[in-house]
Order: sequence, then C-alpha cells, then structure tokens
Amino acid sequence: MSEPIRITDSTLRDGSHAMAHRFTEEQVRSVVHALDSAGVEVIEVSHGDGLGGSSFNYGFSLEDEIKLIGAAVDEAAQAEIAVLLLPGLGTVEDLRHAHGAGASVARIATHCTEADVSAQHFAAARALGMETVGFLMLSHRVGPDELAAQARIMVDAGAQCVYVVDSAGAMVLGDAQARVAALVKEVGAEAQVGFHGHQNLSLGVANSVLAVQNGARQIDGALCALGAGAGNAPTEIVAATFERMGITTGVDIQGVMAAAQDIVQPFLPRLPFADRSAITQGYAGVYSSFLLHAERAAERYGVPAHAILQKVGEAGYVGGQEDMIIDVALQLAAERDASPAAR
Amino acid sequence: MSRTTAAIVGPGNIGTDLLVKLLRSDAIEVHSMVGVDPASDGLARARELGVRASAGGVDWLLAQDDLPDLVFEATSAKAHLANAPRYAAAGIQAIDLTPAAAGPFVCPPVNLDTLADAPNLNMITCGGQATIPIVHAVSSVVPVAYAEIVASIASRSAGPGTRANIDEFTQTTARAIERVGGAERGKAIIILNPVDPPMIMRDTVFCAIPADADTEAIAASVHAMVERVATYVPGYTLRAEPQFDGPRDIWNDRARVAVFLEVKGNGDYLPPWAGNLDIMTAAAASVGERLAPGRKATA
Repeated sequence: MSEPIRITDSTLRDGSHAMAHRFTEEQVRSVVHALDSAGVEVIEVSHGDGLGGSSFNYGFSLEDEIKLIGAAVDEAAQAEIAVLLLPGLGTVEDLRHAHGAGASVARIATHCTEADVSAQHFAAARALGMETVGFLMLSHRVGPDELAAQARIMVDAGAQCVYVVDSAGAMVLGDAQARVAALVKEVGAEAQVGFHGHQNLSLGVANSVLAVQNGARQIDGALCALGAGAGNAPTEIVAATFERMGITTGVDIQGVMAAAQDIVQPFLPRLPFADRSAITQGYAGVYSSFLLHAERAAERYGVPAHAILQKVGEAGYVGGQEDMIIDVALQLAAERDASPAAR
Repeated sequence: MSRTTAAIVGPGNIGTDLLVKLLRSDAIEVHSMVGVDPASDGLARARELGVRASAGGVDWLLAQDDLPDLVFEATSAKAHLANAPRYAAAGIQAIDLTPAAAGPFVCPPVNLDTLADAPNLNMITCGGQATIPIVHAVSSVVPVAYAEIVASIASRSAGPGTRANIDEFTQTTARAIERVGGAERGKAIIILNPVDPPMIMRDTVFCAIPADADTEAIAASVHAMVERVATYVPGYTLRAEPQFDGPRDIWNDRARVAVFLEVKGNGDYLPPWAGNLDIMTAAAASVGERLAPGRKATA
C-alpha cells in the first residue's frame, strides 16, 4: 500500500445526471477550485453521458460542455481535467474539441462486452498526447475472466488504465475484488486498473476499499455522492476512509469535506438517496443514469418508476438505451389499460 | 424478355442475404457473386444456389463479355472507393452498401425517384435506412429544426468493420438525416446490446417540431411512411403511436415527437434479429428493382 492511489472526482460528470445536465459555469468553477485546492489530481467534466451527450435521449446540457471544460481547465492550478466519451455517441471530433479546450485525460467508455468499439478513440487520444483510461460499464454483467479479456482489448488499443465500472451499483462484496484482481492479472505492468462504484446498494466505498486491496490504483468518487442512481462513492468518504486505512491519496481530507458540504451541497436539487427506484437499480442491475429518465416516464405515463426499472433490467438494456425507458413505460401503461381492473 | 442483370461484389453475410432476396426478384436476374477468396463460404453458397461465382474479384467481373447492368457492392468503403471508377468506366450502375459514400445517399421511399440516373448510389447506414423515412415523414409536414435517432442493434450483428470505425456510422447517419431526411441538424447514436437471445433491432426517432405543430397530420404521415417501408421490409413496425411532448425551454421552446420502431429481419440468410442488416439488403434490393424498369426503357 505504499504507492499512492489516485482519486478521480466525477462530480462534474457523473453528477451531471443528478443535475439533469444543468451545471452552470459558476458551479463548475467553484467545484474545480475546491477540488484542485484539496489536492485531487484528476477532475472529470462532461455531460453525464460523455462528450456529445447533450440530446433528446439523454437530456440537453444547460451550458455547452466545451465551454465548461474550458472553465475547469482555467480554474485548475494542478489538477488534470478529464473527459468521458462513449463511442457510438461521442466521436473523435468531440474529443479533439475537448482537447482543444485543455482536457488532458480521455476516458473512453463501452459496455463491458463491447471494448473493441473504442480502438479508434484510444488511438486518437494517444495521438493527441492525452492520458487514456478505459471504462468497462456495467461490469457486473460478465464474469472476471470475460471482463479481463475486454480490458486486454482496451490496453492493446492504447488504454493506460482500465476501470471496473459498477454502473448499476450492483456489485455485492466479492464481485468487485474478483474483477479487479482478474484485470490486474491480465494487464500486469502494462496498465493500471481502476474502480468506479455506485451507492445503489450502499457498497460504493466498501467496494472501492476492496478494489484497492486487490490492486486497483485509480478510484472514482463524487462530492456528496452526486451521481446517477443513489450516487457515486463519495469522494470525501473514500478519501477519509483510505487515510484511516493508511492508503495514501494526496488528498486533503478537510479540503474535500469542505468542498462537499460548503460548495456542492448548497446547489443540489436533492441529496442522492437510495430510494426504492435506486435500490431496484442495484438489485436488478440497471444502469444508474436511467433513474431520472424512469421517474420522468413514470410521471408522464402514470406507471411506477421502480416497475419500469425492473423491466429494463430484465430486458438487459445497456447504457445509452434511455429511449427504451419510454418504450417500457408505454408497454406498462398499455398492460395497465388492458387489465380488467382498469376497466 | 431480358431482365436487368446484377452482380454482387462481396460474398459475406450482407452479400449472401442480398443474393437470397435478388433470387426472388422478378425484375432482376443475378449475374454473378464475386469475391477474392477461393475458400470463401459465401462463394460456395452462391454456387449451391446455382449462381455463377468467382474469386477473381472485380478484374474477373469486368473481363466478362456479358457485363451486368448493376453491381451491388458489399465489401468495404476502401474497396468500393477503388472499384467505383472502374464500374463507372464500364457503364455499370453501382449500388453501394459500404460507408464509402462515393455517390449520393439514397433512401428508397424518400429520394430514389430523383436519383435513378446517378451512376453510383450509396445506401447510407442501417440506422439511416431505418430512421430517415420517419424524419422525412415529419419534415414533410412541419419544419424539423433538429432530428436525433437512436439505433440499438444486437452485438452479434455488428461486424469488425463497424466496430473499428463506429464514428463513421454516427457521422454518416447524421449527415443523411439532414440531407435526405430534411432536418436542419441531425444527430445519430448507435448502441450495441449483447443480450442473449439477441435483441431485435430497435430505432427511436426524436424530432424537434414547432410548438403549434399539427400532431394529427404528423402522426398520419408517420403511419403512411411505415406502410411504405414495410412494403420492402415486412418486419418494419411501430412499437407504439408517435408520442408528442409539449414545448420546453430546454428544447428552445419547441415541441417534440418521438417515434419508436422495431425492425425485424426477414430471416432470408441472416437471422430475424439482425433487422439492421436486413433493412440494408432489402433497401438495396428495392433500389435495384426500381432502377430496373428505367434501364430497360432507355436501353
């Protein structure tokens, strides 16, 4: 445990889901300033669904993300600014724009079985001189060996670190460490391994600790847990827990606790919370950012959000298929209207 | 009566599925199946179906005394860019199923009538063939400031070419949503889903429409277009009635229509869930059939 663990804060990316993609430049500047001052080395800024995510399907950004990335770069004295890109949604052109605005870390995310769609983006990121991170989303859906084989594809394509991403907050104790260990064994010294945890079953911090104990070198968090579903592993709790366990992060605990309480909490529309819908996401293995979309569809079509999410889980929909939430809500509404009780 | 003749270059999954469709056609006579690998399964399958097949590539094809009227290219963008000038020089009209986009984009129910004389026609992308008819159906009723499509396909139906260059899909489809669909601005998203059994292709079309748009007229136009596409892709259906949402400030005070589609393949050679591949071959065959009478009239 002598090598320091690098914490990447995703408040301004994963937290974008919980903010319905309505971050203002002022909020971005204040969060970056606080994280940067507290010694957080990497700060991720993008639409919640990554570059180019501003859309009908995922929600339009209030502010242009390139402008927000530029503001973050301007505000950071020591921190690197990272961006997320989902191939099939974002493009190499989007990555060039982000790089032009000063982003220096490219995090390329695919579903956990589809790593080979990322090759052109890793190649482009490396050609731009960016640091690269691979993101295997919904990693709980496949076993450790299959996940490690996908990590290998990303490393061969140019990833310098590959994350086990618990997008659904579905990993119960044992799941994260088995996957992290398998990835560490596969990629060895060629790349680092990371872990991104969610709180839907409230195990994001515990899984982060287990990930580090199994060889992960990079860990994600978000201030106040601001993120999709019941939120992310909170940066301030991860940092405090790691320090108590003697795991060096270089992050000032008082600084990140102040950032969470004094900077982020005042602008939150609601605190991330494991309500029935969010727990259902962890339990049924549903992509966390579907939460607000399911709530909107529930309101529009008069069917319960947790029922929508349960069906979405059963259908095996993956990150990006937000449109299927409306489709499922329409089916549930049609079934309700056809049932004898409704007549 | 001599029918229009057509060669297929590229004996892979797409080429083979197209072959099965063309063998059913009254308007088109299959000239040959052309590949480059003597050990190709696709060439062997073509021979089994009684079709002349050669591994001699386009060199072989252009050396024949009886040149075809049409060639369907189901190879790669790179191969098509090399072959396209040779087809043109030989007076063979090309229907291009690769992303090369050497010729204008064609979507049969939207713009084929205006392009019948083009020497080279590009079939856009699978997601484009599935969604651009709907964008056009909406934009023919009201101005569409922005259209966005989401194509979800089974992982197993996405080949290595698509995977290695997925940006080509999003960018080409977005351009065609504008040029052919009639939206001022287009965006395309593709999702690969590995669920087993494989999911049938799904497409969602979102269009920004004026706040006071005539929703009944839009819905009627969408229904009519679905019927037209279903004439060549029988498994092309609406999952639900078009969904209208009122204007919002985050949508620049525009309203929205959302159309949910399922594209089930015909199961000719590719399985029914590969609706994304079926709609490409079905649309290409439809282009070939509709070009055929024109060719005879001018011959």
